Amino acid sequence: MPRESEFFQRDRTIHPPAFTPCYKTSVLRSPRLPLLSLQNSLSEVTGPMFGAHELGSLDNDLILNFAKDGEAIGQRLIVYGRVTDETGAGVANTLLEFWQANAGGRYRHKNDRYLAPLDPNFGGCGRTLTDAEGAYAFRTIKPGPYPWRNFVNSWRPAHIHFSLFGTGFAQRLITQMYFEGDPLLAHDPMFGTIPDREAAMRLVAPLDLNASVPLDTLAYRFDIVLRGRRSTLFENKLQGN
Amino acid sequence: MVPPLGYLKETASQTAGPYVHIGLLPRQAGFEVFANSFGEAMVGPKTRGERIGIEGVIFDGAGAPLRDAMVEIWQANAAGRYNHAADLQNKPIDDEFRGWGRSGCDFETGRYCFRTIKPGPVVGRSGHRPMAPHVNLWIVARGINIGLSTRMYFADEEAANAADPVLNIIEPAARRKTLMGQRQARDQEVVYSFDIYLQGERETVFFDI
Repeated sequence: MPRESEFFQRDRTIHPPAFTPCYKTSVLRSPRLPLLSLQNSLSEVTGPMFGAHELGSLDNDLILNFAKDGEAIGQRLIVYGRVTDETGAGVANTLLEFWQANAGGRYRHKNDRYLAPLDPNFGGCGRTLTDAEGAYAFRTIKPGPYPWRNFVNSWRPAHIHFSLFGTGFAQRLITQMYFEGDPLLAHDPMFGTIPDREAAMRLVAPLDLNASVPLDTLAYRFDIVLRGRRSTLFENKLQGN
Repeated sequence: MVPPLGYLKETASQTAGPYVHIGLLPRQAGFEVFANSFGEAMVGPKTRGERIGIEGVIFDGAGAPLRDAMVEIWQANAAGRYNHAADLQNKPIDDEFRGWGRSGCDFETGRYCFRTIKPGPVVGRSGHRPMAPHVNLWIVARGINIGLSTRMYFADEEAANAADPVLNIIEPAARRKTLMGQRQARDQEVVYSFDIYLQGERETVFFDI
């Protein structure tokens, strides 16, 4: 069970800043005044929790969860990993949600008009809960790269979006997982918003042949770290009363 | 070299992008995939508390509404208790209220919209006064590299707001009003209007929590 304790201060040097001119949309959407640093109260150390009974049996299988008359087209993948906090402790029973383009780089979304075709058997989203040790896994197909309007000829590397809750609202995080060896990474303005090279490379999932299914499915590993909670060695009581 | 402490680094944030709805609000993206969608309905018939709406528009630095953003709220129940094990206050949990919702801004108008209940006041940090009723917001969108955290307070809670330990650290004090939802009566419904400004003279106070 989550403890009643504050989170470690967020290390903003490993996150992209709000204002990143290389990613043009950020220019008008970035706050210009300093964020107000707020010591955690109950409002930040608590957050929504979800139960296994709220998920469907195919929610973690993107090859099958939108299948109409066949399976999704593309390179079959297992994506797996462990969600821990900054102390290395597994984050149990936390919700992960993920979404991605199809194998041709097209999103199933009203506003995506890229010429690559939709796959009638691929929705492009899934969700799962971590187990008691923080481990998660889901099955999907490898998303394709696609062009976007940043520079005239900008292409996103293949990626999967991840959303995580942790155990408190201050751990809320959205990120993207990339694939080892993708030559588009070096040209991607969004990947390039991360100022810390090591932090950026931790978003690149390595191929893991040992976790693959021979003659069936390849595997990539993506471990995710959420903010840690303080262990109060000496009393620094959070709640009043 | 001194021994390393061995902490891991938090995973870096990346923008939610323009298609965040696929993963988090697939119905808005234009398709059905899950048997139950998270965050759409916050309140059921048995939820305790005053029914309210919370609505607003998020404006960019050019004054244009963000029409592809997603907002989540997290709040205490009508008694002022969070539905979470770390809340040890001696107040009742409402089993009919998780306290969390998500809303995609309308693709045409940019308006986000929640139907919820008004939260009660929550205990403050030890040694501080109680926090006035408030709703915690988290905003993501294309062009937002790391989710933005802010709070909406209720403008009609003047006495509680004046004593709130968070509002009181905001300087200059004139910026506190950027966190005030304005109560409006509309078609027999109470709606708090809360517009958010990412830049400019009216820039909303955002928190590093």
